[in-house]
Amino acid sequence: MPSNTAAVEKTEGLRLGSLRIRPGKLLLYVILGLVAVLQILPLIWLVLFSLKDNQEVFNLAPFALPADPQWSNYARVWTDGNIGLYFFNSVIVTGTAVILTVLLASLVTFAITRMQWKLNKLVLGLFMVGLMIPVHSTLIPLFSFFNTIGLMDHHLSIILTYTAFNLPLTMMILLGFYYTLPRELEEAAIMDGCSIHRMFFRIILPITAPVVATTAIINMIYNWNEFVFVNTFISSDSLKTLTVGIQNFIGQYSTDWGAIGATLVISMLPILIAFLILSNKIVEGMTSGSVKG
Amino acid sequence: MNQIMSDKRVIALYTLPALLLILTLIYVPIVLTGYYGLMDWDGIGGMEFIGLENYANLIGDTMFWRSAWHSLLLALFSVGSLALYLTVSLVLAGNIKGADMFRKIFLIPMLLSSVAIAQLWIRIYHPSNGVMNRFLTSIGIENPPMWLADTSLVLFAIFVPIIWQYAGFYIIIYYAALKNIPKELEEAAKIDGASPLQIAYKIKLPLISGIIKVTIVLAVIGSLKYFDLIYVMTDGGPNGASEVMASYMYKLAFRSNDFGYGSAVGFFLLVLILIVTYLIRKATASKDEVQY
Repeated sequence: MPSNTAAVEKTEGLRLGSLRIRPGKLLLYVILGLVAVLQILPLIWLVLFSLKDNQEVFNLAPFALPADPQWSNYARVWTDGNIGLYFFNSVIVTGTAVILTVLLASLVTFAITRMQWKLNKLVLGLFMVGLMIPVHSTLIPLFSFFNTIGLMDHHLSIILTYTAFNLPLTMMILLGFYYTLPRELEEAAIMDGCSIHRMFFRIILPITAPVVATTAIINMIYNWNEFVFVNTFISSDSLKTLTVGIQNFIGQYSTDWGAIGATLVISMLPILIAFLILSNKIVEGMTSGSVKG
Repeated sequence: MNQIMSDKRVIALYTLPALLLILTLIYVPIVLTGYYGLMDWDGIGGMEFIGLENYANLIGDTMFWRSAWHSLLLALFSVGSLALYLTVSLVLAGNIKGADMFRKIFLIPMLLSSVAIAQLWIRIYHPSNGVMNRFLTSIGIENPPMWLADTSLVLFAIFVPIIWQYAGFYIIIYYAALKNIPKELEEAAKIDGASPLQIAYKIKLPLISGIIKVTIVLAVIGSLKYFDLIYVMTDGGPNGASEVMASYMYKLAFRSNDFGYGSAVGFFLLVLILIVTYLIRKATASKDEVQY
């Protein structure tokens, strides 16, 4: 594009000449600010009513601050409402599934992109087609399968299902990174007499840590928020995760606004905290995971 | 080197665990869904082969077609809302200070579970205490609607949190694509006297048409299998006014214990999604080739 470079030089000059404060630009900021407010406002309202009692919810203006913040709403739902237990279950299920998914996806991606075998493209295709399969079309057979093998109402049923359904997306994010790894890396390792397992765990896995972190956080968000599988496979209250647990809880306390608000805020908090720390990774994971499809 | 990197046992060891998982939990089930659709089955007892009877019944099932129509409406809304997201993205990609912060704020609802979003929006739409109707009464509207209890409004009411939830997701995708366009193209167009609108429509949009195509597929497929939010907010009600295909399938199987018929609906959903994906890709592919 030789003609473009000339054009750029010309424009730089032009832009310097017309550097004025434009009212049009202000309008753009107003639009973006408005959208930002709309995205945040429902959540601010949520936090406000989670700190009110019903009296204040019904009588104060929606965005009025509570006179005496009812932090007790949080303590109450955590113990009485079993939210603490659901929270713990969510941590166990999410944590196990994330580790399993990231490990299995890394192993397959390594085998597909770095090792030489004939069927690698076909196997990769099988995983990628998995991205298109609607969860609901598998629900009835999975229900009957877990019933038959005795995993119904067991955390393993949801952990394995999360892993299977998140493998394709996880691999898609990993693929790009694995393809760019230099061959010399493996050559040098093998020259030094390194076994292939040692090479994978000691060299490849640590090198891919940044992209592994991206897939881990994306998996964490999806698993933490998952609803249908838990709702279908888990019936014991003691095994439920937060998404289904808060459904139960709110069904029982449907008139207690403060308690409902506190429950919802607690369920959102881990993800929002993760977002504060790792927002770049989350943005990166969400864009790379979808755009290549 | 080559010998080690093509060791069949290592390849099997690394590939089989994941492969077995997706075969057992994704591929076998979708085949079985089609198979169960040929059965009369309550999920517990024995199955009875009834051929295509379930699929034939689908044709005359008005509730099924109603839910399919609602799913289609959601898909149309979703594709329409892409234009909105695209507009915001074009603004965001136009030399805005703090663009990074804006797109992160936009993304926040996308991080939350559909269950929590549904529960929150049930409160927002609460007839007397919800922030929506409190606002409407405060500006003088006397009898604000009962959003989720009104059969003619419920689908639109549900669509608002969907736009809210997915806005950030599509905006970050479009933003990333727009930022990838070489600056020189825009600069050259400016010199030729193109207005910002012309640059957006004549240069930027055609250049990211590939991404737009992908997002259309995502939006349509996402809508066709939409479930969590509707299940929690209205459970398909009132009176089936917000029933969609996935929620109808769920009810048939897990409430009416009609696993055979539910499977037929599930299989229909699967085939529909595969066909729609294929059609959209095909319809949009030819345009790309002509332009560039």
